[in-house]
Amino acid sequence: MITAGIDCGAKNTKTVILKDGRIVGRGMVLTGFVQAAAVNESLQIALKDAGINECDLERIGGTGSGANAIAEANFRVNDIKAIVTAAHFFFPHSRTVVDVGAEESRAVKCDENGAVVDFAINEKCAAGAGAFIEAMGRALETPLEQMGNLALSSDNPIPMNAQCAIFAESEVVGLIHAKVEKRDICRAILDAMASRIVSMIRRIGVNPDIVILGGVACNPGFVTALKRDLSLDSVYVPELPEYGAAVGAAVIAAAEAK
Amino acid sequence: MADENTQEFWNWQETNWASPDINWENGRYITVGIDVGSVSSQAVVMVDGEMFAYGNMRTGSNSPDSARNALRFALEKTSLTADKIHYLIGTGYGRVNVPMADRTVTEIACHAKGANFFYGPTVRTVLDVGGQDIKVIRCDEKGKVTNFLMNDKCAAGTGRGMEVFSDLLSVPIGDVGRRSFEVDGEPPPVSSTCVVYAKSEATGLLRKGLSTNEVLAAYCSAMANRIYSLLERVGVEPEFAITGGMAKNRGVIGRLTRKLGLEPLKTKWDTQLAGAAGAALFGYALSRQGKGRK
Repeated sequence: MITAGIDCGAKNTKTVILKDGRIVGRGMVLTGFVQAAAVNESLQIALKDAGINECDLERIGGTGSGANAIAEANFRVNDIKAIVTAAHFFFPHSRTVVDVGAEESRAVKCDENGAVVDFAINEKCAAGAGAFIEAMGRALETPLEQMGNLALSSDNPIPMNAQCAIFAESEVVGLIHAKVEKRDICRAILDAMASRIVSMIRRIGVNPDIVILGGVACNPGFVTALKRDLSLDSVYVPELPEYGAAVGAAVIAAAEAK
Repeated sequence: MADENTQEFWNWQETNWASPDINWENGRYITVGIDVGSVSSQAVVMVDGEMFAYGNMRTGSNSPDSARNALRFALEKTSLTADKIHYLIGTGYGRVNVPMADRTVTEIACHAKGANFFYGPTVRTVLDVGGQDIKVIRCDEKGKVTNFLMNDKCAAGTGRGMEVFSDLLSVPIGDVGRRSFEVDGEPPPVSSTCVVYAKSEATGLLRKGLSTNEVLAAYCSAMANRIYSLLERVGVEPEFAITGGMAKNRGVIGRLTRKLGLEPLKTKWDTQLAGAAGAALFGYALSRQGKGRK
């Protein structure tokens, strides 16, 4: 059985093709202004990647903040359900799922069957989302891909006082002027980000094992900071965490088709 | 012609002033208040509790230098020298870094005192919208604080948020208020609270075909709503006064007062000076009581 999951996010649109419980194709494009175009493009890339025709797809599930723009979808699923399903697909022992996307972050508590028990969302403030790291990267003139490893090479923790991304930008500029090393600033940024995500997790209760999904999970500096802040080693990141919600939608599509 | 790419739209005019009517040599106490804020720094010089001179400028990266520069700027148009000052009080976000200060007083107390002086003893609610925070202060007829509420965690509704917008839309910050009213019908307010998201939302609105002025209107109105919700939490008791830089933005203040149904009091003084003026008044009171320097 072949299904697809499409996650139309604030920044990127991702498609995953699932065949008999295995991921066989994937595609990701910038969402841009026309969501429908991004959806189709990511689907075509994923189909090509999998070597499968669109007519072979039994069911397509849509999710994400732009889910309504996914005309191809047979059904839509909310992002909470999608990420919990994905986390269970990758790590059946997970009890807490954290998804840190470009403009939103979520923490979900679930039971052994992958049913949602409780969740917390931040969609109001950039300080707790990928947009924060992006803005800091701009102020620091450092590509996002480098920030994580730079942060990991720092052994000098310095606090960030500002909570707001706008104020933190000025603070980063201040740190640059104070000649603080770039790697220490990177660490401060990711530590600050992690502490906000941890306080969101604490709102629903820290319940190992924890799975992290979403684009920000690609940042090894962030994941390390999160483990340090939680004093917990049982934090798991799947390969390609940014496809998390799309995988969840595809898995649900497969379950529905049965 | 100013280069489009280098023009700093968020920047405002730095000003200084000295009273032509007061001769400081006849005064008994010369007191100074220096308010080092996150965005702007002011020095106010008073002679026996009367406004004598002031300087208002942008805060630099270093608070002690910003305090020194503001004082030098204030004294520039006078024959007064710094060694003649009896009492100097530091206030604001950078108050602990005012090297010449005899004492520091919190900006909450200073704004209430300053508003009492600028607007008269009938003021009961002071709204201060500064560069990086918003404060709602309730005070009595002497300018003493009875209650306050503050947002200093988030740029939404602060001067910094407006600077980001003036930069994004390439509109000089002093023109924002006027231009926000040059629209046909009021657009719905920007719905995102976070300035980072409001920026993306504004870009989207421009793409949808809204004019720059309409986007300004939408943001001014969002800011007014934001400030209004903070005011509501403390409760507004008339008379009502607004201090800080945002008081000069009628795009925000006009919409706010419409929502409140309450006109704020007016003053001839620059609203950004209220904190420093309050500090100078505290210095005057302490001098008269013969309180020593600390």
